[in-house]
Amino acid sequence: MIKRHPEPLLWMLFSAGGVMSGMLMPALLFLFGIAFPLGWLRPPTTEHMWAALANPLVALTMFALCALSLFHWAHRFRHTLYDGLQIKHLEEVIAAICYGGAIAGSAAAAYLLWQFR
Amino acid sequence: MAQAPNYTAYHPRWLRRRVSTYWWLGSWSYFAFVLREASCLFVAWFVVYLLLLVRAVLQGDASYQQFLAWSARPAILLLNITSFLFLVYHAFTFFDAAPRAMVVHIGKTRAPASLIAAGHYLAWALASAVVFWILLGHR
Amino acid sequence: MRDHITLQVARYRPEKESETTFDEYEVPCPKDWVVLDGLNHIKDKLDGTLSYRWSCRMGICGSCGMTVNGEPKLTCATFMADYAPGPLRIEPLRNFPIIRDLIVDLGDFMRKLVSVKPWIVRDHEKPVSEGEYRQTPLELDEYKQFSMCINCMLCYAACPIYGLDPKFIGPAAIALAQRYNLDNRDEGASQRLEVLSEHAGIWGCTFVGECTKVCPKHVDPAGAIQRYKLTAALEEIKTFFMPRGA
Repeated sequence: MIKRHPEPLLWMLFSAGGVMSGMLMPALLFLFGIAFPLGWLRPPTTEHMWAALANPLVALTMFALCALSLFHWAHRFRHTLYDGLQIKHLEEVIAAICYGGAIAGSAAAAYLLWQFR
Repeated sequence: MAQAPNYTAYHPRWLRRRVSTYWWLGSWSYFAFVLREASCLFVAWFVVYLLLLVRAVLQGDASYQQFLAWSARPAILLLNITSFLFLVYHAFTFFDAAPRAMVVHIGKTRAPASLIAAGHYLAWALASAVVFWILLGHR
Repeated sequence: MRDHITLQVARYRPEKESETTFDEYEVPCPKDWVVLDGLNHIKDKLDGTLSYRWSCRMGICGSCGMTVNGEPKLTCATFMADYAPGPLRIEPLRNFPIIRDLIVDLGDFMRKLVSVKPWIVRDHEKPVSEGEYRQTPLELDEYKQFSMCINCMLCYAACPIYGLDPKFIGPAAIALAQRYNLDNRDEGASQRLEVLSEHAGIWGCTFVGECTKVCPKHVDPAGAIQRYKLTAALEEIKTFFMPRGA
């Protein structure tokens, strides 16, 4: 009887988040973090942004990107704290903060994106 | 024996060493590993940044313009440039690692690791193209 | 061109000290001498009290693993001339308790290895009259790389996770479990899953990748572990949706 623990599921979320963030974030970050602020490219208008985010496919992808990337961060950060700083006695507290944060962020993303429908 | 030994649970005289908290500074590979792990912090930062952007758009034209102006401030710009570098590092290390976990068989033979990695990079290029098209296309 | 090299060798004599000290020895350094030759020279000619393990001196027994200038290496496969003019620092393998001088205790690994059942497990044994279990070269290729492990423990010495959490089952044990999981004659994958899917099993690994870097037989334990993570995770999903057996 395999003792049930959530590690396999958390690892799958971590992997999915790694793929999503690797695929979509570089382009988004390049545009909204570097090109638009530096004036290399003209940023889209507010209407254009609204239209994009109102598109259900775009909204869904954005939600998946935010939620999965947060779980990617949560899993990796928790392990880094555990191994890097050897704070083993705070194991449960760290897990709660990391995954709790990911859940909270995902809820915020869902709430915000829902407003665009 | 000169003095009474200090007993621990069996084998009292084996030397057990503790790993230093700074073990990751011990070699370049360890350091590169910790940098890769640290990239997740910048992933989280960009999620926050994206959600701030979405909220700004939600609140209307004025707040969206205000967000764009804020994103041009030197501190934020520096943070985002750093994040971009770490994110690219994350993407490269992740897509190069993916073939180690995903062993795909074509018929009876194994697909070479380079093929799986190439598939990921192709998808990355396509996804980036779609992002560019959605945000910059037909204005 | 120097013909001698200084070896700084870690010593630990439990009967008279409680910490490691270093002794220096000057040994000849012909270009074909490996570190093991240097240690044997010390033992034969300079200091007979030096204790260390070795056997085949050709990279197949896995006995002579030590930390050479901070890196886990087989001393029979490491040429001293590459480190000239030296000094060359030789310490016992990291992450294991030191018994004496360069000798470490490998009992932890031995216990973990047995726990993953590194042998062909079958539900039903074929009778001898039915002949041998046949395997094509392609089926052999599936697991051949993982069968190259010589249990030298360099991967455990390199793995920071094993150093930080001694309960972690470790790279070689998982690679050897995979050697049998991927062998088409074996039917024991589910039994091994029980051991490997624990918290201190494969899930302790964060893919540092050092184990694969130091492996002298190119076993790629890191690859074995990541591959098994996917397998185990998919198994978990299957049992979640189909609890009464897929």
